[in-house]
Amino acid sequence: METFSSLADGFAIALTWQNLMLALLGCFLGTIMGALPGLGPSNGVAILIPLAFTLGLGATPSLILLTSVYYGAMYGGRISSILLNIPGDEPAMMTCLDGHPMAKKGLAGEALSLSGIASFVGAFLATWGLIFLAPQLVKIALLFGPAEYFALFALAFMTLGGVSSTNQAKSAFAAALGLGLATIGVDTQTGVPRFTFGEVHLYDGLDFLVAIVGLFALSEVFIFLEHRHGGSDAEGRKLKIGRLYPPMSMVKQCTPTMLRTSFLGFLAGVLPGAGASLGSFISYSMEKRLVDKENTFGTGDPRGVAAPEAGNNAAAGGALVPMLALGVPGSGTTAVLLAVLLALNITPGPLLFTQNPDVVWGLIAALFIANFMLLAMNIPMVGLFTRVLMVPSRILMPVVAMVSFVGIYGISGSSFDLLVMIGFGVMGWVLRKLDVPLVPIILGTLLGNSMENNLRRAVTIDNGNWWTLVDSPLAIGLWAIAIIGFVLPLIVGARVKAKMHQRRDEEGAISD
Amino acid sequence: MSDRIFGVVGLLLAIGFAFSALAIEESFLSDAVGPKAFPLIIAAILGLSSIVIAIRPDAEPEWPALGRLVEVGAAVVVMIFYAELLPVVGFVIATAFAATYLAWRLGSGPIECVIVGVGTSLGIYVIFHLVLGLSLARGPLGF
Repeated sequence: METFSSLADGFAIALTWQNLMLALLGCFLGTIMGALPGLGPSNGVAILIPLAFTLGLGATPSLILLTSVYYGAMYGGRISSILLNIPGDEPAMMTCLDGHPMAKKGLAGEALSLSGIASFVGAFLATWGLIFLAPQLVKIALLFGPAEYFALFALAFMTLGGVSSTNQAKSAFAAALGLGLATIGVDTQTGVPRFTFGEVHLYDGLDFLVAIVGLFALSEVFIFLEHRHGGSDAEGRKLKIGRLYPPMSMVKQCTPTMLRTSFLGFLAGVLPGAGASLGSFISYSMEKRLVDKENTFGTGDPRGVAAPEAGNNAAAGGALVPMLALGVPGSGTTAVLLAVLLALNITPGPLLFTQNPDVVWGLIAALFIANFMLLAMNIPMVGLFTRVLMVPSRILMPVVAMVSFVGIYGISGSSFDLLVMIGFGVMGWVLRKLDVPLVPIILGTLLGNSMENNLRRAVTIDNGNWWTLVDSPLAIGLWAIAIIGFVLPLIVGARVKAKMHQRRDEEGAISD
Repeated sequence: MSDRIFGVVGLLLAIGFAFSALAIEESFLSDAVGPKAFPLIIAAILGLSSIVIAIRPDAEPEWPALGRLVEVGAAVVVMIFYAELLPVVGFVIATAFAATYLAWRLGSGPIECVIVGVGTSLGIYVIFHLVLGLSLARGPLGF
């Protein structure tokens, strides 16, 4: 019952006017960002980080704002999938398969409201999962020493490529690149400068926020410039919505589907390196196998809309579990959220639950509140968001670019950081062209320092004996999972990945 | 072919990284591992993965035509100018020009792009500076 009293404390923190307004703002902005093709959860959150700082928010309010954006983007992605057959963000890809056919049949309103309900069910159940699973994971994590932490970080990097990329070598490259970038600056243990080339600005190291905004937001602007894709995808199309509430029979028919896929999506989210895209993918595939007796999937079956939406929203909640409990994010957006925590001087991981219980439980309570707000926002007000789709990107993208610049300049006030950000933007663009995933780079720059510190601590404690890294059963177990996670996709993953990546090219690199 | 070039560039990067790691001056007060070991491990992974990428390339990505490449390059140049000139001419003017340029290159008409540029600049100035109190670059004119 300790859990419930903590949760009650959390609600006491979250239910202030300021936090409620932030959650509402976050949900609203998040849904818009999710709905707009080109802006997804990870770059949406990245752009808004500076906003959280400039508002001078504390840790809990910033997290409430940004996780509301995260949940909102997961809800919003479905809108353009259903109406335009263009996924608003990567995890909403599977929703196109049945959502758009439903819209063509004149059931757009039903598809939108049903997927809204499915999103709610997925996210709601996943938040309960988070409450019960995270403390258990914390208990295990408290047994970790530096050697185990080093193994855990290695596990995160090695499994990250497994599902998120088509090429293991490229995700290994990306991880190494990120870790290498993290080593720039003065060495924290001995005080010698590394890879600074005499540039004073580099002594502090690269600011990971600069890297994130450059890689995620600015590279998107370059992609749009390259294609001169300046119009709106909705231009010239009639977006007819029709009735806004699904018939009860439809909801009833989909209920078992939603419950099953919520569970599955949550599991996919908790696994390192999987994230929401995988959640929606396996949810859809499993439901197709399980209930598609008359071959109606793909032709506008409501269950085919409910399955991926419940799956991806549940996965979004699940992905918060390793981020909060272990400090190791499993997906792109949770990596960005981790950056926020680090920038606020809060170290996620097992100690977060004992040292900053207000942050954890306030956040969880806010997730519940955000979820209800999103349900309310997404069913009656869905028409408002469909209008947003009409904003052409020739107006949207300059705004995105300028807000990115303002945000970074607002944090650091130096032109040098802006130049670094442009550099990251170009790098992100080239790497996306080459199909190199960007998420491991971000994770590398975020976790590089603590990974190295744990390595050096472990070896130093054992008087320079490197074998200490594989000395405990726990460490050996983690290494074994890491190696399996890296090798297995090489053998069996090719087929699954080929299916999952059919429709993506440049989007794949920032998949969540 | 792109992946082969990419692999070779990555390998060169790894070698360069390893050399500059070896050149790190050790402090006389060092732990058992020292500041070089971790970067060397990273360099090894970077090098190995680059070799694999070069040996087993993926399908060729769709590179844009030269014209589009110039387009991206020009945008980068404009952004660099923006970053450098921001403290000199002030936020509102610099942002208006940069946003106008981007809107124009994304296909806005002459009037629309000016409206988007000025609107973006003033909008950000009002929301972030006047309402939220973020300190933006102050030019000679005070904004």
